[in-house]
Amino acid sequence: MEYLHTENVTFSYPADEGELAVPVLDGVSLDIQKGDFVALLGHNGSGKSTLAKHFNALLLPSGGTVYVDAIDTRDEKRIFEIRRQVGLVQQNPDNQLVASIVEEDVAFGPENIGVPSAEIRQRVDNALKAVDMYEYREHAPHKLSGGQKQRIAIAGIIAMEPNCIVLDEPTAMLDPRGRQEVLETIWKLNREKGITIVLITHYMEEAAMANRVVVMDHGKVLLDGTPRQVFSQVDLLKKHRLDVPQATELMDLLRKEGCPFPEDVLTVEECVDVLECLLKET
Amino acid sequence: MVRDVTLGQFLPGNSLMHRLDPRVKFVLVLSVIVFIFVAGNFVGLAVVAALVFAAMATSGVSIGRYFKSLKVILFVVLFTSILNLFYGGGEVLWEWGFLRITTGGIRNSIFIAVRIVVLIFASSVLTFTTSPTQLTDALERLMKPLKLIRVPVHEVAMMMTIALRFIPTLLEETDKIMNAQKARGADMESGGILQRVRSLVPVLVPLFVSSFRRAYDLAMAMECRCYNGGKGRTKMKVLHIAPVDIVVSCVTAAACAGVVLLRIFVTHPYL
Amino acid sequence: MSVLEVKNVSYIYGPKTPFRKVAVDDVSFSIEEGECVGLIGHTGSGKSTLIQQLNGLLRPTSGTVLLHGKDIWEQPKKIRSVRFQVGMVFQYPEYQLFEETVFKDIAFGPKNQKLSEPEIGERVMAAADFVGMDRNLLEKSPFELSGGEKRRAAIAGVIAMDPDVLILDEPTAGLDPMGRDMILGQIMEYHKKRRNTIVLVSHSMEDIAETADRILVMNQGKVAMFDQPAQVFAQGQELQAMGLQVPQVTRIMTMLREKGYPVPSGVFTLRQAVEALLPLLQKKGEGASHG
Repeated sequence: MEYLHTENVTFSYPADEGELAVPVLDGVSLDIQKGDFVALLGHNGSGKSTLAKHFNALLLPSGGTVYVDAIDTRDEKRIFEIRRQVGLVQQNPDNQLVASIVEEDVAFGPENIGVPSAEIRQRVDNALKAVDMYEYREHAPHKLSGGQKQRIAIAGIIAMEPNCIVLDEPTAMLDPRGRQEVLETIWKLNREKGITIVLITHYMEEAAMANRVVVMDHGKVLLDGTPRQVFSQVDLLKKHRLDVPQATELMDLLRKEGCPFPEDVLTVEECVDVLECLLKET
Repeated sequence: MVRDVTLGQFLPGNSLMHRLDPRVKFVLVLSVIVFIFVAGNFVGLAVVAALVFAAMATSGVSIGRYFKSLKVILFVVLFTSILNLFYGGGEVLWEWGFLRITTGGIRNSIFIAVRIVVLIFASSVLTFTTSPTQLTDALERLMKPLKLIRVPVHEVAMMMTIALRFIPTLLEETDKIMNAQKARGADMESGGILQRVRSLVPVLVPLFVSSFRRAYDLAMAMECRCYNGGKGRTKMKVLHIAPVDIVVSCVTAAACAGVVLLRIFVTHPYL
Repeated sequence: MSVLEVKNVSYIYGPKTPFRKVAVDDVSFSIEEGECVGLIGHTGSGKSTLIQQLNGLLRPTSGTVLLHGKDIWEQPKKIRSVRFQVGMVFQYPEYQLFEETVFKDIAFGPKNQKLSEPEIGERVMAAADFVGMDRNLLEKSPFELSGGEKRRAAIAGVIAMDPDVLILDEPTAGLDPMGRDMILGQIMEYHKKRRNTIVLVSHSMEDIAETADRILVMNQGKVAMFDQPAQVFAQGQELQAMGLQVPQVTRIMTMLREKGYPVPSGVFTLRQAVEALLPLLQKKGEGASHG
């Protein structure tokens, strides 16, 4: 079994009396390998955040099963084991920091799971270094920028030594610089520490850096593949009101005018190369 | 601007007073305050004052800062000492109707004023050199015995920690919402009391709504980080009683004993 | 005539304290009637402080802001009337909703303007239409709406004051692509119909490129550029040095130009790029088939 494994998961929020419960998740079967970097896309209400909350047992499926490292998330006795392994970072960086000093906030998780004091210190220092915020360890969070706060939130998860981090639109409220900082941090954690990443985002450029892209729509998996495979479906994505990177869209528009361009162009550089090839031909 | 408000008066540093264990510091300051009232005469008060001045001198905070903290309370000091001027026996110095100033009254009013000033200085030593988190931590540990009578000590301390964390955030948010409503023509500066209270509704409602949203998010974030109440919890920062804590405690204890002895043996009415 | 004129405006936080910070530093520019100005600059460039001085929420430390040629601080007691003429939509405006119904909330501004009941009703309806809000939602509590609907209700609350200048600070922040397109579309529609002046603050160069007539770039408290999009985006390197990006299409075209291909400079939308590239590509294609 893969590290994260969902089997035909359905979920609906309890409905008011006399109303039909609308399923938010409608039969999701997904496998995510250890060490993978998966981007989860879909517009608001597609079920992607709800799915994310199933990965650390914040929500339990109404039907089907979710396994984390072969542990069924419905196993109440092992719930903390699951949450220690799979950390969740939320959208609003302000609302997930507990303490008024950075290092004390990062220590919150390890303290909860009863790590010995000396080891907590070690873990906090390492976690802060991993997100490049060590020199801010004695600062007050409310004086930091959004990107810095979000990195502190990530450090708070890393201090629990997880195998996987699920990030629910971590950059939605940040400015471009903050976004860049957070993305670089996530990328580094995946590359250097082998931490499995599930990144929920609206930004296609962010999804393009993942190994795998899963597009959700109406509680179902719509597309699943490498960024190239997924973004080559420009029309399907547009139909579901999702963006594609401008480079990909430019290629698509020109292709519709009869230019023989490949479908899997993702970055500015690739786009320029392809254009150059054709412009050079004589 | 609202967002410039900082909580408490903590001034970071590395002085002797900063390095004391916060629990020890808290208990010592509390006992000094008690003994300010035990001291029944100037000699006893002088001993406590000397101790407090020694603490101020080793706090690494300028004397000016301490006097600034007096400013706020100056009115109370003056008021109580003037009130005391008219009480007490002894030689009558001045009389007007039922008001009478006596030598005893003068002695009393000076005594009260010095008492309050020393009291303020003593508590300032604590607030200047101890961060709010340290203070919360010290309180949680000192109150631990209360758990036996089912006082939720950990929960109260957690609540204080979260409050300290979110007060600046909420102040900033208040500022933003006020600006947004002002931009829609809300008038918060004029009108009578009733109108002003009513003009707060457009600020308070959004503030409450957003606080609830934050509370919901935070609860979820805490769950994600395996929060399960105080059970089985460890702490990163363990408090240690160091030799310096013992020395300072001994000095304080000696001074307190002195105050008691002086109260018993010095009986001169003007001292 | 310029609707807004900013003359030598500076704003200093905490003057005479050790925390003294010059947020806006001797800035002058003017905005013409009916223009849509895009305002960009990274966090801390002074753009938030600048826009709050345009509607009198902050008073400049020095310099003047002229609205229709009149100093807005001429009569400080009447500053509220300036706020009705220069409407401001803050970031995440849905956090300002407070009334029992969406209707009442949108009516808050017009009510403060002391309009008559029928006038208020008209204003609310018109504003709701402008933001594409279903009239059935007007009697609901604003807290029952979805995220995107809340955002639109809040924007309607400012539009209902019928301002001559509408300033929007990051109106699409945190929305998904669908919500983003919808809000931007409605704002531009409103701009076209009402022909009023719009100042759009955004981090998204793509959004700015699609909407703005002119772009004002703030950097370190000063106006770094104020020009047409083509001219501004042609200075990709300077923008990058200020921590700003240019749209992806602009980068693609600039790279082609640098490699010596005859593509025009100052291309910043997909449509322009296609129009510029197609003739070149087709010529090559024809050349190839004939040769």
